[in-house]
Amino acid sequence: MYFQEEIETMPREQLRELQLERMKKSIRHAYDNVDFYKKSFAEAGVTPDDLTCLEDLAKFPFVVKQDMRDAYPFGLFAVPKKDVARIHASSGTTGQATVVGHTANDIKNWGDCFARGIYMVDGSADSTVQVSYGYGLFTGGLGAHYGAEAAGCSVIPTSSGNTKRQIQMMVDLGTDILCCTPSYALYLADTAISMGYDPAKDFKLSAGIFGAEPASENMRQEIRDKLGIRYCDVYGLSEVMGPGVAMECSESHGLHLAEDHFFAEIIDPETLQPVPDGTYGELVFTTLTRECCPLVRYRTRDITRIINEECACGRTHRKIDRIIGRSDDMMIIRGVNVFPSQIEQIITGFDEITAHYQIVLTDNGPLDKVTLNVETVPEFPIDEIRKLEDLKARLGAELKSNLQIKVDIKIVEPKSIERSEGKAKRVIDLREGKH
Amino acid sequence: MISQLTVFLENDKGRLAAACRVLSDAGVNLHALNLADTADFGVARVLADTPNAAAEALRAAGYRAMVTPVLAVRVPNVKGGLATLLEFLDQQSVNIEYGYCFSVNPEMAIDVLKIGEAEGIEAKLEEAGFATVSPEEVYQLDC
Repeated sequence: MYFQEEIETMPREQLRELQLERMKKSIRHAYDNVDFYKKSFAEAGVTPDDLTCLEDLAKFPFVVKQDMRDAYPFGLFAVPKKDVARIHASSGTTGQATVVGHTANDIKNWGDCFARGIYMVDGSADSTVQVSYGYGLFTGGLGAHYGAEAAGCSVIPTSSGNTKRQIQMMVDLGTDILCCTPSYALYLADTAISMGYDPAKDFKLSAGIFGAEPASENMRQEIRDKLGIRYCDVYGLSEVMGPGVAMECSESHGLHLAEDHFFAEIIDPETLQPVPDGTYGELVFTTLTRECCPLVRYRTRDITRIINEECACGRTHRKIDRIIGRSDDMMIIRGVNVFPSQIEQIITGFDEITAHYQIVLTDNGPLDKVTLNVETVPEFPIDEIRKLEDLKARLGAELKSNLQIKVDIKIVEPKSIERSEGKAKRVIDLREGKH
Repeated sequence: MISQLTVFLENDKGRLAAACRVLSDAGVNLHALNLADTADFGVARVLADTPNAAAEALRAAGYRAMVTPVLAVRVPNVKGGLATLLEFLDQQSVNIEYGYCFSVNPEMAIDVLKIGEAEGIEAKLEEAGFATVSPEEVYQLDC
């Protein structure tokens, strides 16, 4: 089932023609209405007329997060105030907050993008969708909400938190599709189990649309098993739109980009040159229909690759692979680049430990010290110290061989690792002057 | 065989106290406690009056706790009491993982041993004149 069949299954050539037509318009719109682009294009020696084919985009300069911070609050807005329907902001945890405006059309297109994902998990107007993303400046809550409404679903806007009540609503109202972060989905599942439910059997839930933070395949499987649902990965970022930029179809092999609204490139973060399909690199977006805040070659810092294959689901839009890291989240430990997802991938390969973990970085003289806190599953024979020591040794060896760094394993009591009600805090960096 | 309560603890200030408080609040009385520690965690092995209820209370409070079967033997509180027992087990090729002892009164002590696979060892001990301890002698049967 498709939400917008004609667009989602459009022949590639026709789709590329549509992209070029929209890209020309969008770049012109940005250039004519935003001083930033006038200036950056001039510096790069290009004008909107230099775009004659999609490949010409590579001539244009990039936009980075800092540009958005510098333009705070309205420097990148391309429409008059009266046309701005809504403003979202990203958290300013790594610096000045950034704001992104949306016109009524922007919001409608956004809803359509997310609604495609609801159809990907067989949702329809008959479905009840529970949105347990936080509502507010964060795009997760409202993005999923408007998407579910666009798909014609009944929406339960529970937002995040108050977990037991969420579970009660899920049971009483017969929620079909859950939208939240993967760590919160796991937390919901564990809480439901501790309340005496078997969510896989007792809940009507058939699918979940999860995003806004990384999740390994093992963590996904744990969510699928515990909740008894289909897992749809949703990708998005507030700078470009919000959740729905790319969504995972039932083939579970990559996320279809909404290519009628966004043009994606993968570049080498060092050389800044586009890389061939299939090669990992940094994802760069050019918006094709955004009215309020059009972006030309925005560097997302997300590391992924294009999966260029004919998808059995019938959709023709290209797919991106799971995000394997973020250059912002990338830890440099003793000079080695490490992504938290790499560690997660390894630890969830161990049946003896749960999916909850925490990485603590401290100074050890001039060297970085890495401690990984993990907890054993309830069935683990804790009475046998040899087995605990053996587990530590095996996990340490596996990490060492994969990451090339020594990681101290610390087995901790359950619940000493904070369970998340939003984005999970996986990394605690206590190193002096490194955060 | 008797039931021993085993609790996993982080090697950190106040962890044992916190676990004991949970047991106390659950109305559990302790008869013996033995602590094995490593650099970053410890394992407390406890004989409690209600081992299953104790493990349940600890799990509910967020601990990893389990009940483990161990061998308990009553020995005379005299020189060589433990040695005689261990020699007998050695003759029977029984492996001992860990053990601890406590005096019950001036005449008698109880040796608690976690042993490897040893079918029928209790009957053999009785036959050889050792007095194994039955669960009812140590705790209430709560399972």
